[in-house]
Amino acid sequence: MKSKLFRLMMTLTAFAVSITLYALKPVGDVVPDADNAGLKLPDGFGALKVAETAAKARHLVVTPQGDIYVKLAKPNKEGKGILVLHEAPNGKAELKSSFGSYGGTEVALKNGYLYASSNTEVFKYKVNDKNEVINPDQPEKIVTGLKAGRQHETKSFALDNDGNIYVNIGAWFNACQEKDRGLHSPGIPGCPILDSMGGVWQFRTDKLNQSYGNGVRYATGLRNMVGMDWNQQDNQLFVMQHGRDNLNSSWPELYTTKQSAELPAECLYALKKGDNAGWPFMYYDQIQHKKILAPEYGGDGKKEADAKYIDPTVAYPGHMAPNGLLFYTGNQFPAKYKNGAFIAFHGSWNRAPEPQAGYFVVFQPFKNGKPEGNWEVFADGFSGSPEKTAAGRADHRPCGLAQGSDGSLYVTDDSKGTIYRIIYTKK
Amino acid sequence: MIIGCLFCCVPLLAQVKTKAKPRHVAGLALVGGKGIYEKYCLTCHQADGSGVPNMNPPLIRTSYVLGDRTRLIKVVLNGFSESVDIDGESYSNEMPSHDFLKDQEIAAVLTYIRKSFTNKAGPITTAQVKTVRATNKKKTT
Repeated sequence: MKSKLFRLMMTLTAFAVSITLYALKPVGDVVPDADNAGLKLPDGFGALKVAETAAKARHLVVTPQGDIYVKLAKPNKEGKGILVLHEAPNGKAELKSSFGSYGGTEVALKNGYLYASSNTEVFKYKVNDKNEVINPDQPEKIVTGLKAGRQHETKSFALDNDGNIYVNIGAWFNACQEKDRGLHSPGIPGCPILDSMGGVWQFRTDKLNQSYGNGVRYATGLRNMVGMDWNQQDNQLFVMQHGRDNLNSSWPELYTTKQSAELPAECLYALKKGDNAGWPFMYYDQIQHKKILAPEYGGDGKKEADAKYIDPTVAYPGHMAPNGLLFYTGNQFPAKYKNGAFIAFHGSWNRAPEPQAGYFVVFQPFKNGKPEGNWEVFADGFSGSPEKTAAGRADHRPCGLAQGSDGSLYVTDDSKGTIYRIIYTKK
Repeated sequence: MIIGCLFCCVPLLAQVKTKAKPRHVAGLALVGGKGIYEKYCLTCHQADGSGVPNMNPPLIRTSYVLGDRTRLIKVVLNGFSESVDIDGESYSNEMPSHDFLKDQEIAAVLTYIRKSFTNKAGPITTAQVKTVRATNKKKTT
C-alpha cells in the first residue's frame, strides 16, 4: 500500500516536473528522425542525425549560435583537423568551414577561446562574440612537447574556472611491462615513465609554450583518459580511465578468458592534486570491490594493493573504453539527469573470445557532486545490432559528448563520423 | 572444441578441393593452428581475423599474411611495433614477440591464418620457420 502511494506520488511529481520542463524548453523546430537515428532511448527521448561527416569525429563542442566544432582524429582529405558545422533550425547541420592541420581528440570552448589539442600540443583560438574563431590559421600554442607513443597518444583535457587546463598524458604501455603485452613479462621496476606520462598534468590557459617544466603533475597512476570533465557542483576534476588489457593473454595461469573479459574495471575517478590511482602497480576489481596488485608486480589476482592508492568513484565493467564524460547541467531533460554524468563507452575489443560490450552512452546519477544510484544505459543501438556488438563490428562507435545551449545532448561517432543529437520530446 | 574444429575445417576443406593426401595434411595443420590462434592471437585479432579499428590489424587479405613468408614468420618471432596502413586505416597497437612458440606451432598457426578468414594462401612449413629463426636478427627498437 505504502509503495503504491509512493509510486503515485512519484508519478505526480514526474508529471509536474515534465510540465515545468516543457514550459522552460525553448520552442524550436528540431524534430527527431523517424527512427530516432537508429538509437534506443528511454521513454520520452528522441534523436536525430545532425550530420554525417565521414570522418573520425572525436570530441565536439556546440555554441549557442548553432555552430558545432568537431575535432577529427586525423586531418581529412583537405588536410583539416577541425570541422565547423552550422545547424539549420530543423537541427540538421552542414559544413561551414574547417581549419587546423593536426589530428587529435579534444576541443572545448571557454571564456572567449576555443581550445583544441593535437597528440603533443594544446592550442587556443580567440573567438568573436558569436563564438566564431577569428584567426583559424594563427592559434596560440599554450602547451607543447608532450610525449606521445603509438598507443594512448591522444591529449584529452578539461578546463576549470580558475584558468587551469588539465591534460591527459597517456602511458605508451599497457601495463609497464618489460615487453609490452608480452607473455609473463614482468613490470619495469618503479615504472619510471610515470615522470612524464600516465597521469594528468596541470597547465595555465593564459601562458604560452608550456611543457613539463612549467606544468604540475596533478595526478598520477592513470593509464590513459579520453573522457574528462570539470564538475561544477563540487568544483573538481573527474576522469574516466581506460583500464589495462591482456590479463589472460599475459597471465593465462592467473586469469581465465572470462575473468580477463570482465576485469579490470573502467573507473571514474574524482581527482585532487597529488592523487595516485595506482597504474601500473594495481588495478581495480569491481567484482571483489578491491584494489588488486597487478600480476606484473607480484600480484596473483587476489593480493591487495597498497591502500595509499585512491579508490574509484564508480567502477564499470572492463574494456568498454569510456571516451566521453559530460556532467549534464541543462534544463531540457527531466530533473533526474541534472548534474548527473553521461559517459560514452566506445566499445570493447579485449573481451574476445567472450562477447564484446559497450558501444553505448551510459547515465550515472549524481547528487551534490557524488554518484547516487546505479548507472543505466541511456542510449544504445549505435552498433547496429546485438550481434554486431558481440562481434565488436559496430557500425557506429560513440566517442564524444557535448551539451547544446538548449540542453540537447550531442554524441559523436568516430567510426563513420555521424553526429547525433538527443532531445527530450515528451510533453 | 571438437565440434568447433569440425565446423571450421569442413567448409575450408570443401573449398580447397585438392587431392586426398594434401587435404589431410593441411587439415591437421589447421586443427593445431586454430588452437594456437585461439590461445595467443584471437584476443587482439578477433575470432574472425578482422582485427580492431585503429589498433590491431586485420589478417584478412593483407599482403602481410598472404605475401612474403619470411616477413610473416618474423612478425611472430619478433613482434610488431610499427604503425601500418591497410586500406586507408592505420593500426598502431604493440604486438609482443611470440618467439616462445615452437617452430611447429608457428608453422601451424601461420598456415591456419593463411587458409582462414577467406584467405587462400599456401602453408608455412616447420622447416621454413626453423630457417628464419636461425637467421633472425631481432630489431633493437
